[in-house]
Amino acid sequence: MSLRNIGVVYRKELTEALRDRRTLISSIVIPLFLFPALAIGIGYAFAEVIGAASREPSRIMILGGEDSPAVVDGLKKVRNLRVVPTKTNYLDLISNKKIRAVVDIPLGFQAAVERGERPDVKIYIFSGDMKSAFGATRIERFFTEFRDMTVRGRLAAQNLPESLMKPFNVRQQNVVSPEKVAGETYGGLIPYLAILMCMTGAMYPAMDLTAGEKERGTIETILSSPVKRTDLVLGKFLLVLTASLATATLSVVSMGLSFSVLSHLASLQNGAEGLPALTMHPETVLAVFLMALPIAVLFSAVLFTISLFAKSFKEAQSYLTPMTFVVLVPAIAAVLPGIELTPKLALIPILNVSLLCKELVAGTYHWNYIVLIFLSTCIYAGVALFLAVKMFQRESVLFSS
Amino acid sequence: MIEVRNLCKRFHDRKRGEIRAVDDVSFTCRPGQIYGLLGANGAGKTTTLRMLATILEPSAGTAVICGSDIVEKAEEVRTKVGFLSTATALYPRLTARELVQYFGRLNGLDDSLLNDRVNSIFQRLDMNGFSDRQCDKLSTGMKQKTSIARTLVHDPPVMIFDEPTLGLDILTTRTITGFIRECRDRGKTVIFSTHIMSEVEKLCDVVGIIQKGKLLAEGTVGELRDRYREQDLEEIFVKVVACNGTAAEEG
Repeated sequence: MSLRNIGVVYRKELTEALRDRRTLISSIVIPLFLFPALAIGIGYAFAEVIGAASREPSRIMILGGEDSPAVVDGLKKVRNLRVVPTKTNYLDLISNKKIRAVVDIPLGFQAAVERGERPDVKIYIFSGDMKSAFGATRIERFFTEFRDMTVRGRLAAQNLPESLMKPFNVRQQNVVSPEKVAGETYGGLIPYLAILMCMTGAMYPAMDLTAGEKERGTIETILSSPVKRTDLVLGKFLLVLTASLATATLSVVSMGLSFSVLSHLASLQNGAEGLPALTMHPETVLAVFLMALPIAVLFSAVLFTISLFAKSFKEAQSYLTPMTFVVLVPAIAAVLPGIELTPKLALIPILNVSLLCKELVAGTYHWNYIVLIFLSTCIYAGVALFLAVKMFQRESVLFSS
Repeated sequence: MIEVRNLCKRFHDRKRGEIRAVDDVSFTCRPGQIYGLLGANGAGKTTTLRMLATILEPSAGTAVICGSDIVEKAEEVRTKVGFLSTATALYPRLTARELVQYFGRLNGLDDSLLNDRVNSIFQRLDMNGFSDRQCDKLSTGMKQKTSIARTLVHDPPVMIFDEPTLGLDILTTRTITGFIRECRDRGKTVIFSTHIMSEVEKLCDVVGIIQKGKLLAEGTVGELRDRYREQDLEEIFVKVVACNGTAAEEG
C-alpha cells in the first residue's frame, strides 16, 4: 500500500468530482438549499394550515335543546362556533365536511341537570378531521364550563366552599433541561438526517467511480498503470467518503440553521412559548460527527462494492435504489418514540448509531454504549471496506462483460 | 523483450462451461521489432495482450517482460509497459495535461522530471494548442494524441497496442501507425494486435496468427509467403485458419 499513490488517486478523483455538475448538485446544492427550503416550506405550510383551521369558526348544528334555552343561547355565544339551522341529513353534512360537529342535547336536559340527574350530551364528529376536532373541543369546553358553573351554584346554595370541587390539584412539571426536551422531541431528526445524507452523498460518486468508469472505458486505462489495485480502490473510496461526509455535514448544518429560524419564527408567533430550542454544543456536534464517521465508511464501502458489479451507471442505479429503503427503515425506527437503546439494539448497524446520536443530541452520554456502538460500527465498516478491496481485485467483477 | 511461455487463460461461462480464450501460447518479441498478433474477432488477441499488460492474470503459463515476470511482479511489469487500445479511454473531466501528469505520477515520476517529460512529449506531438482543454472537449485525433502521450510519459521499453486503429478515420490511423513505427525506431519492443491485413504488411517485422486461443503460425511476412506459397496475406491467413480447422476436426 502506498499513501502517495492513494493521495494521487484521491486528488485526481476530487478534481474530477468538483468539475462534475451532477456531483456538485447531489453533494452540495441539494443538501445546502433544497432540504432547508423544503423543511421551511413544509413547516410554514403546516403552521399556516393549523393556524387557519384554529381561527376558522366551526359550523355546528344543535339537535334538541328546545327545552334548554340557556344552553342553546350559551352555545350560540361561544366565540368561533357558528350554530346553523338544523337539518335532518346532519350525518351526511358532517361526512361531507359541510358542518364540523353536531351536538345532541337530550330532551329536558336543563331540568334534568337541575334535578341532579346525569344526562348525556353527545357530540357527533368526523374522527380524524382536524377542523371537526376543533369544533368538538369548543363545544366540550362550553359544556365543561357549564358543568363547573352548575356545581359552583349548588355549592354556593348550600354555603359550601368552592374548593370542594377540587380538593387537590395535580400537575405535571418538567424537571429536564430544555436542551434534553428538544433532544427528545426532535433531536432524533438530526442523526436520521445525518445517516440518510451520508448515504445520499455516497451514492452518486460510488456509482460514478465504479460503474461509470467501466461505462466510459477508463477502467482498462487505469488498470494498465502501475498503481496497485488496493491503492486505487482506497483512493476512490476516500473520495466517496468525502462526498458522503460533506453531504451529511452540509445537510445537518443547513437543517440546524433552518430549525433555529423556524423555532424563532414560532416563538415570535406564539409569544414566549415557542418550540423548545435545539441547542447543540460543539462537543455534541463532534460526538455526532465521530459516530457518523464509521457509518459513512460503512455506506461508502457497501455502495462502492455493490456498484462495482454493475456494467453501467443505469445498472448501478437499479442496484442502489433499494439500498435507500434498507437504510431508511432502521433510521426511521430510531426516530419513533419509545425505542430505547438496549445491548441487542446496540449491535444492529444504522439503528444503533441513530439511537445513540439521539441520546447524544439530548445531552446523555452512556459511555458503555458509545464504545460498543463505535467499535461494532467500525468492525462492520472494516469488513465492508475489506470486501470492496477484494472485489476490486476480481477480474470477473471488473470485466463482468 | 517479451518472452511468452505457455500462456493460458480460461474463463468460466455458465452456459458454455469452460472457455479457453488463450491456449498454451508461446512467442518472443525483441527490442526494435514490431510483433503483429493477427486474428479474427474473438481469437484471443485482446486477452493475450491484457495478460501481458497485467490487466488480467493468466490461468497458467507466464511471460517475462524486460526481466520481470507478469505473474510474480505485475506492478513492476506495468512500469515497463505502455498499453494502448481503443478501449483505453480518457478521463473526460481532466485536461490533456492533467491526465498525462496523473499517469506520470502513478508511474512514480517526481514533479520536475514529470514536467520536463510532459513538456517534451506535448511539443513532439504538437499538443500545446489543446493541452489545457478537458478530454471530453477534444476531437478524436486529439484524444488519440493524448492517449499516446499517456503511454509515453514513463518512457516504457515495451509498447502494447491492442487494435489501436479500430474505428478511427484515416488521418488518426496514420498518426497511430506513425507512432508505432517511431517506437520501433527508438528501440522499443512493440507488440501489436489487429485483424487488418494491410496494417500487418506495413508495420510488422514478425507476425503470429492466432485463432481460437492458439498460435497457429509465426514468422516474418516473407517467411509466411514462402511457407504457404501465397503473396496475399489475407489468403495466407485463411489457409492457416482452414488448415488448422481441418486438422482439429480430423484429430
